[in-house]
Parts: sequence; structure tokens; C-alpha cells
Amino acid sequence: MRRRLTYALAAPLLAAAISLVVSSIALLLVGKSPATAYRAMWESLDSADALVTVLNVAAPYYVMGLAVALGFKMGLFNIGADDQYRLGALMAAAVGAAVTLPAPLHVLLIVVVAMAVAGAYAGVAGVLKVTRGVNEVVSTIMLNFIATGITAYLLTVYLRDKRVRLQSETKSIKPSGWLPSLNRALGWVGYHLPSGTVLEGFIVIAALTGVGFYLLLSRTRFGFDLRATGANPWAARSSGVNANGMIMKTIVLSGAIAGLAGMGPLLSEIHKYGDTFPTALGFTGIAVALLGRNSPTGIAVGALVWAAIEQASRGLAQAGIPPEIGKILQGTLLLSAVVAFEVVRRYGQAAEVREAAAKANAARPGQPLPAAAS
Amino acid sequence: MTLTSAPSGGLGTERPVAPEAFAEPSYVRPLLFAFGGLALLSLVRIIADAPELTGGETFIAAIGAMSPILFAGLGAMFSSRVGVVNIGLEGMMIMGTFFAGWAGWHWGPWAAIVAGAFGGALGGLLLAVVTVTFGVDQVVAGIAINLLAPGVARFLAGEIFANHADGSITQSPTMSHGISQFTVPFVAGGSFFGWTTPNPLRWLDEKRWFLVSDLAAVGRGFTTSLAWTTVLALVLVPLSAYLLWRTPFGLRLRSVGEKPSAADSLGVAVYRMKYIGVTISGALAGLGGAWLAIDVRAYNENQTAGRGFQGLAAMIFGNYRPAGIAAGAGLFAFAQSLTQRLGTAPVRALFLLAALAAAGFALVLLYRRRFPQATGTLVLGALALTYYLSANTVNNQIVFITPYVVTLLVLTFASQHLRPPAYEGRPWRKGDL
Repeated sequence: MRRRLTYALAAPLLAAAISLVVSSIALLLVGKSPATAYRAMWESLDSADALVTVLNVAAPYYVMGLAVALGFKMGLFNIGADDQYRLGALMAAAVGAAVTLPAPLHVLLIVVVAMAVAGAYAGVAGVLKVTRGVNEVVSTIMLNFIATGITAYLLTVYLRDKRVRLQSETKSIKPSGWLPSLNRALGWVGYHLPSGTVLEGFIVIAALTGVGFYLLLSRTRFGFDLRATGANPWAARSSGVNANGMIMKTIVLSGAIAGLAGMGPLLSEIHKYGDTFPTALGFTGIAVALLGRNSPTGIAVGALVWAAIEQASRGLAQAGIPPEIGKILQGTLLLSAVVAFEVVRRYGQAAEVREAAAKANAARPGQPLPAAAS
Repeated sequence: MTLTSAPSGGLGTERPVAPEAFAEPSYVRPLLFAFGGLALLSLVRIIADAPELTGGETFIAAIGAMSPILFAGLGAMFSSRVGVVNIGLEGMMIMGTFFAGWAGWHWGPWAAIVAGAFGGALGGLLLAVVTVTFGVDQVVAGIAINLLAPGVARFLAGEIFANHADGSITQSPTMSHGISQFTVPFVAGGSFFGWTTPNPLRWLDEKRWFLVSDLAAVGRGFTTSLAWTTVLALVLVPLSAYLLWRTPFGLRLRSVGEKPSAADSLGVAVYRMKYIGVTISGALAGLGGAWLAIDVRAYNENQTAGRGFQGLAAMIFGNYRPAGIAAGAGLFAFAQSLTQRLGTAPVRALFLLAALAAAGFALVLLYRRRFPQATGTLVLGALALTYYLSANTVNNQIVFITPYVVTLLVLTFASQHLRPPAYEGRPWRKGDL
């Protein structure tokens, strides 16, 4: 037990150390002091406003991380999360702006549209994989570009607000379709945020999605089948798991959650789809899922770290440090994390083999087993 | 960390190894397809009265636009052939644009080519270290490189370019001169010792005869105003085919991607071959980046615009072989030059092309007695025809997605003919089977 904990902690610490060292070297190479940089980063996180921003930014990252992790859990790479959420957000914004409903129903309608569209689009990759054996990595990369084209086409031709001339964007969703902020709820428990600081309601949705993800994977038959397929597809298949059905369900659900992730910006911040809508959320989701090793708590840490680095980089320019060092920090953190996980996993495996061999040798002297394989 | 658990981790389809595993690449099929496609295009051009569709200018633009995708596609091939899926091509290409922009600013375009290849090779080397030495999942590592590279480029650009008058964090100072261009004399009107030779291809092209003029237009594309970087891309097609299929070194490279344990038992240095293949892959992607930077004489942020992924698609479209990759890259470039250079009239004609192609394909399917598929194809063809007859203009976005849709269709319907390297996508440690 203690060893498992050590292994679980060793990899992230190793990764953090490597990424800090690499970023420090990069800073030293351009003649900047790493100490100044890290102090400036720390200071730009050290306020209630900054922490609220981190939480707001991390919430959609977290949901997107869950969407990608669901696929990863059974060996499916949903690289297309990036297009699924944008297509879903566009359709949801268009529908949401076109109707007026009582507040909860309005929000619900928008969310359902986004999840349905994103899930259905992800389903295309699922159908191709199940019926024709097309690898989902390639098909989702192609579908990414196709969705970019479809989104731009729909937006510029059919769904754009004709009154806006310079940009193409949908009409704004009416306030009944906005997600309320958490400021008032915080007030009830006696905590008042500084004025101008908004803790977004989407955080609750993100947390609930995380709980749902955990329960789905650990407490349902679907979750068991999914983990079994991920661990050993052949064993799962021979024990009666319908492999094709699992692929379809997982990829559609992954797409639907990706669609939900896009609701963070849509319902809490921007309220319309256009050029200002955040892009590349899907790739951030992949990074966050990898950092968090596909566990709901790990992904939460990953999303917070990712958002915190982004927020921390904002204060760097004032300190005379290029803020792009944040991107390098993120990139090297991800790369060294995946390497560290693999190295630690292999080291742990070798240690287990050594230990088992030692035990067996002690029980049966005279015929020593080889100390360690692989 | 085993994220892929598909029976074969390759990018193509999950099928057993076909006997032609080590067959030599055939140029007959791609050429036949290209010729048939051109005949169809020519027919469409005449019916739809859209002379620009296959005009010389279209192909001259297309051959240029094809080059960076071709570099990336060949890069993807070198990596796949040693069994490593290179999703990180886009990131390596970005490194290529940055290094090329920097070197080109100091020493001109030829230095930019070398530096671009070097920058991309650095990215390839990183992928090799992570996937071959540490055994990290290849798709994961590629995604990480794609996330890292733009950050590195932007960081370095902010430090190196932003302090100069005509540079910024998103752009390098411009190169003092571009790369020289070359037009073949006596064929496409190039100059011969200062004498402007006649241009028979353009004469043929302007006649707009069925097929003959279109062939001449393609010929013009391959012979008119070729930047030397484009020539390099075109020369690399036969060169890499020769290297991979006609030399002992190529055989070793490919054996590592097919069955590393067998290669290992015969004394091939598997790890080293994988490193070489993936590094070459990065260098080629970097050359693609250099092409882009030299084309506009500067590094620009987001210059690659997904061409690394297009190269990956071109590789799959082209069945992991140089000639096929060239055809795939050409398809992407043709669509690009149609959207960028011309209005929507020739684009609308493409829907007639789709309808005709669907009709032909349906006939083949009927002949093979695959009735459900034939019906589906006919319905799609009818839809395309309806669109052609009803729409006056076509949104550029529809053309933008066409090559991706075609690649998906190839993956879906021609996957029996795709033959990815058998060990593609799986990590291999010495001692593994």
C-alpha cells in the first residue's frame, strides 16, 4: 500500500521537477531569472480574484478531460473532442438564441442540444470503427477538419446574426438561458467575493459530471465492461462483452460530455458562438486527461494545474518575463508526465517481479529463478 | 501506460498482414487513377463550362500548395515505416517554420531549408526518445509534441524576432530575397541563356480541347515557375521510394516496422533504425515548414494550418507509399488552389464531378452485385447532382472539407487495399515478440 502511494506520487513530482528545470533553462538561456519568474507567477495567483478565475477556467477543462478520459479508459482516442464541442456549441447557441423559455428549461434545452449534436458527431467515428474498422485516431482527425468546415459554413450562411457586419457570430442567448453565478450562494454561507469577481455556476455542473463519471465507471455494469475492455479487450469479449456496442456507447457518451464542456463558456461567459468562442478546448482536455491519468480526481488536479499555469503567466509580462514560458511549462509538464508515468510503471513492475522471484526462491531453495524479467 | 489496445495499433485498419507486405510500390495504379480523374475533370469542365477548373493556373498553384503537404506526407511515411505513428508532424512542421524563418532572415532561403530540416529533426528526435526509449504511447507523445511546439516557437519568436524592426512575436523579419524559381525551357516557356523560349504547353492549354489541353495544363503545373523548394519536394518522391525499396538500408528500416523481433534476430539494430526513421520523419516535416516560410519569406505563427495532419491523411490515402502520398497531397492541394485562387464557379462544377463519379462507382458495384452499396452511392450521386443543378454558388467551406471527406471515404470503402506496416503504433522492447 505504502509502495503504491510512493509510485503514485513519484511520477507527478518527477514530472513537475523536470518541467521546472526545463523552463528554468529556457529562461536562463534568454537571460531572465527563473526565481523572478516563479515569484511573479506565484504572486499573480495570490488573490481571491485569481483563484476564482482559475476555478472558472478549470471547470470546462475538467469536463473535457473527463470526456477524453472516458474513451482512454477503454483504449479509444477521441481526438475529435475538439470538433464535437464546437459543433455542439454552435447548434446550442443557435437554438438557444432562437427560443425563449423559462430559465431552467432554457438552459436544459441548450445543454441537451449541445450534448446531442456533439454525441451524434462523435458517433460518426464510432460507426466507421464498428462497421469498417477505421481507426478512430485518423477518422477523428479528418472529422475535426470537416467539422471546422461545417461550423464555418453553417455560421456564415445560415446561423449568423445578420445585424453584425464584421464578425460572424450567432445572436446572443437571452438571460433566461444563462447559468446563474455562484456569488449569491456563497453569500448565503457568509462568504462575499470582491465586486467584479464572478464564480461561475458551471463549476457545479463540472463537479457533478466528475461524480457521475466516478459512479458510472465504478458502480455500473457499463463501467465494469468499459474498464474490462480497456484492460484486456480479448478477455472482455470472451466473457460476453459486446465489443462493438461498447465502442459505440463510449464514443457517443464521450462526445456528449465534450459537448457539455463547451457549455462552460457558452452558458456562463459569452452567450453566443462566434470568433471569440474559445478554441482547442478539446486538445487541452486531452492534456488534462493524460496528466490526471484518467481518474476523476487526477483530472481535477490536472485541470487546476493547467488553468493555474495559464493564470500565473498573466503576471509575467509586468515582471519583464515572456509569458510564453507558461506554454513551455505546460508542454514539458505533459511530456515529462507521460514519460514519468511510463518509467515508474515499468520500474514498479520490475520490482514486483524481483520480489516475487525472491519469495519463490526462499520457499524453494536449490532452483533459483531469474531475478527479474523485462 | 497502454492506451491503445486495438489488435493492431496501426492507423489504417485492423486486419491481418497481407502477402504483399514487402511488395515493391506500384506506380501503375496511382497513375491510372490520376489519368481517369483528369478525364472526368475534363468532361466536367466542358459540361459545366468552367475552364478555370483544369486551367494551367490552377495546376501551377496546386503544385506549389502540394509541396508542404507532400513533405509532411513523406515524413509520416518514414515514421510509420519504422512502426511509429507520427501524430506530432504538425508540431515538427511548426519547428521547421520557426528555424527556417530565423535562418532565412540571416542567411537567405537556402540556409532556411537546412535549418527547417534541422528544427523538424529535433522534434522527430524528441518523439523517438519518448516513444522508442521510454516506450510511451505514440499517439500520446505526438499530441504532447503538438501542444509543446507552438509554445516553444512563440517563446523563441518573442525573444529573437520581437526586438527587431520588422519582426514581432508572431512574425520573423522578412528574408532579403525569396528562393529563385525555375521554368523549363522549350516546354513551358522558360528562358534559355537569356532567350525566352516558346511555350507549347500554354498554347495547348489555351485551346481547351478535351483531355489534351487538361494534360497540357497539368504539364504546365509541373514545369512552370517551380520554386527550388518545390523541385526538392517532387524529387523526394522517387528518391524516398528508391531509398526504402531498393537499398539494404531501406529494407532494414521497413523490417523494423513490420516485425521488429525478426529484424532483431537477423542483426538489425532495431532501436537505431527507429530513431533514424523518426528523425528523418521530423526532418521532412521541418522541410515542409521551411517551404511555407520561404514561400512568404518569413516565419508566421500558425503558418502550418493543419498541413501536418493533411500529410498524415495523404499518407493513409496513398497507402503508405510515395507515389500514393503524392496523389493524396495533390488532392489536398487541388482543393486548396480551387478555393484560394478562383471563385465558386469551378467549385460548383465539382458537384457534377461527384455525381458522375458516384454514377460510375455505382455501375462497378452493380456489376459486382453489391446492390445495397450501389443504391447508397446512387442516392449520394443524385444529391450531388441536385445540388449542382439548384445552387448558383458554392461556399468555399464545402471545398475545404472535400479532401478530408474523400480520405474518410477511402478509409471506409477501400480499406481492404490499405496495408499499414504490421507493427505500426505498438511500442517494442528488445525481447518482445
